[in-house]
Amino acid sequence: MTKGILLVGVGGQGTILASKVLSEGLMRAGYDVKMSEIHGMSQRGGSVTTHVKYGDRVYSPIISQGEADILASFEKVEAVRWLSYLKPGGTLIVNDYEIRPLSVLTGAAEYPGDVMGKLSSAVRNTLAIDACGIALGLGNAKAQNIVLLGALVKCMKLDGIDWHAVLRDVIPPKLRALNSKAFDMGAGQSVK
Amino acid sequence: MKEIMTGNEAIARGAWEGGCHVASAYPGTPSSEILENISRYDEIDSEWSTNEKVAVEVAGGASLGGARALSAMKHVGLNVAADPIFTMSYIGVNGGFVVITADDPGFFSSQNEQDNRWYAPHAKLPMLEPSDSQECLDFIKDAFELSERFDVPFLFRVTTRICHSKTVVETGTRAEAPIKPYQRDPQKCVMQPSAAKLRRYLMEDREKALRGFSNDCKYNRVEWGSGRGIGIIASGVSYQHAREAFEDIGGEVSFLKLGFTYPLPDELIKRFASEIEAIYVVEENEPYIENFVKQLGIKCKGRELLPAVGELDAGIVRKSLRGNEPAQGHSVDATPPPRPPVLCPGCSHRGICFVLSKYKDIAVSGDIGCYTLGVMPPLGVIDSVICMGAGVSAGIGFGKAFSRGATPPSGKKINKVFGMIGDSTFFHSGITGLIDAVVNKSPIALCIVDNRITAMTGHQENPGTGRTIKGEPTSQIDLASLCVACGVKPGNVRKVDPYDLKETEQAVREAYDSEEIFVIITTQPCALIKDVQRRRAGVHCAVDRDLCVKCRACMKVGFPALSFGGDGAEIERSMCNGCAICAQVCPKHAISQAGEFND
Repeated sequence: MTKGILLVGVGGQGTILASKVLSEGLMRAGYDVKMSEIHGMSQRGGSVTTHVKYGDRVYSPIISQGEADILASFEKVEAVRWLSYLKPGGTLIVNDYEIRPLSVLTGAAEYPGDVMGKLSSAVRNTLAIDACGIALGLGNAKAQNIVLLGALVKCMKLDGIDWHAVLRDVIPPKLRALNSKAFDMGAGQSVK
Repeated sequence: MKEIMTGNEAIARGAWEGGCHVASAYPGTPSSEILENISRYDEIDSEWSTNEKVAVEVAGGASLGGARALSAMKHVGLNVAADPIFTMSYIGVNGGFVVITADDPGFFSSQNEQDNRWYAPHAKLPMLEPSDSQECLDFIKDAFELSERFDVPFLFRVTTRICHSKTVVETGTRAEAPIKPYQRDPQKCVMQPSAAKLRRYLMEDREKALRGFSNDCKYNRVEWGSGRGIGIIASGVSYQHAREAFEDIGGEVSFLKLGFTYPLPDELIKRFASEIEAIYVVEENEPYIENFVKQLGIKCKGRELLPAVGELDAGIVRKSLRGNEPAQGHSVDATPPPRPPVLCPGCSHRGICFVLSKYKDIAVSGDIGCYTLGVMPPLGVIDSVICMGAGVSAGIGFGKAFSRGATPPSGKKINKVFGMIGDSTFFHSGITGLIDAVVNKSPIALCIVDNRITAMTGHQENPGTGRTIKGEPTSQIDLASLCVACGVKPGNVRKVDPYDLKETEQAVREAYDSEEIFVIITTQPCALIKDVQRRRAGVHCAVDRDLCVKCRACMKVGFPALSFGGDGAEIERSMCNGCAICAQVCPKHAISQAGEFND
């Protein structure tokens, strides 16, 4: 059975790097894996998505509407934007973090209120994480993506993979210690 | 070895394994990483070419000289390269020659959604269409040998979801191909009319041979299901979507999976169709395969069920062909605000766009690059964007119309036309427009927004950066001297720092007032260049609460790092690079630059 994980966020948040670690680990575990990302123009602060699918045999590299097993949102309003991709009974992992788009900064649009509350009521399996707070606690807000990756991997029950080895191989040396800690902190979050 | 690779990485790997000697490209999403990856192989002489036409001519010449060669470009790049490609089809090859076109169904990073498969029959070039990274590697590895066997350049068609999807790949080793002997052969290589006409007849024979090959090659295969009720014909990523759309009843459905899509395999399609009750053709954008199947007299459905615009996915195919609506599991009572891409914090294009936005009686002819985003509010300065180079030449045309009295509905006359073009784009195809403006006396005011890199596609070197694709130092083309050499008066060329609004305004005013062709070159590098980020890491802007009167003047510049709260302007320190444009627009001098440069 093929599983689909949709990672969404804002250009610059590191969704692609998190997805790279994820797909490398899944491949090492023996799954067929496909990962599809969009970059180019949209990376300039726009809304970004990465699709990761794995199973015995994966055909299409992208997830269709209503078919994601997990929606991992690196920014809270992006979860709202992509919620229709989450399948009934699926899990939402959402970073309690707000990046206001230019349309909001200039007053042309409004950032909706109580996003986290609304998401938790809409999706029974919601895991809200203050990934920014955790990453800042480790000394670098940019490690948010790996905190979220840790939580995601825990939710997927993919504990049998040596994720620290994958992190070592994919992430530049000077950031390895930080990201290793970030990953563990994230993985700890999802255990309720 | 098993690896997970994007299609672009796999193409690079396959080209290396296939013995490629020479590779050229002009960057363009989704194709750019092909050459970036190829450039890491020392056995391949790779280059960023000035534009796609140059790239194809460089690789084409290398092929005639006896080397295995490839050129890579995005779909619209093939339009630029169409001239050499059509005639290279007549000449054929010596060393194998592959032209890669990366199409963009869904407009992820492009100005149009053209389906370049039509180029294959138009130019009579055989075409391969891989459907995942493994096929990218395998097909391109074979393509050089096939090109040599049939004496024709091969078209290699991929799409965004092939280029930018990682799938599992088994890699191989490089098969060293010797450079082929070169024999001067004007009858084959000098395309004057009488020789070209002889080649044209030979092409007809070649087409027949290729059609035969297409009917009996490993790239086109039937995957029989247990039933004969439904048969799907598909190529590229559409095959993968179709496979998934029928996965639940996959055992019953039969597939004709096409990887060699010009010439299409007529006999194979007929044989397949003769056993199937209902044929569906699943393809993105144009009904390229479907039209051919219908021409064979075979009833099939495709375009009438599938959307004509945008990319497909398994859900869309399922809904279109089987009527299954997507699962609706969750809804939330909130509207997400739009989040389109914007000019980055500290972007060097913001200053010139802001200055131009204050002129209400100008038109700005834009071009392809990050500065296209100057069209977004609150700046809103670009009037048109067509293609690479049109920032200059369409501007000439705008000027001709306005000088004949064309006016907007407001009745307010447009008094000046500005062009806006980036450094790489100017080298690509802006120079010819500038010469046209000079010679035909069109008084356009051209802004060359030189950020010292090809930014939008991910920071590739260009003729202005002084580095080759391999990072080696090389000659640097000086834009100001080039404009003067094109005939612009030296006194009408201004270099300005776009972070300095006063200096920029002065130059724009001069250009506006000038009755001659005028060029403004902005000189701040892209804020995302690593060295620039390092140099400015300690610099930022800060708001003095006591001075801010909440007038919102700073918000008119559109900074993602600047927001407005109860206490007035706020600057997100982690995003701000201290460009200080906001400080210059603040009437109360409440914002100032702080910190130090790492020089």
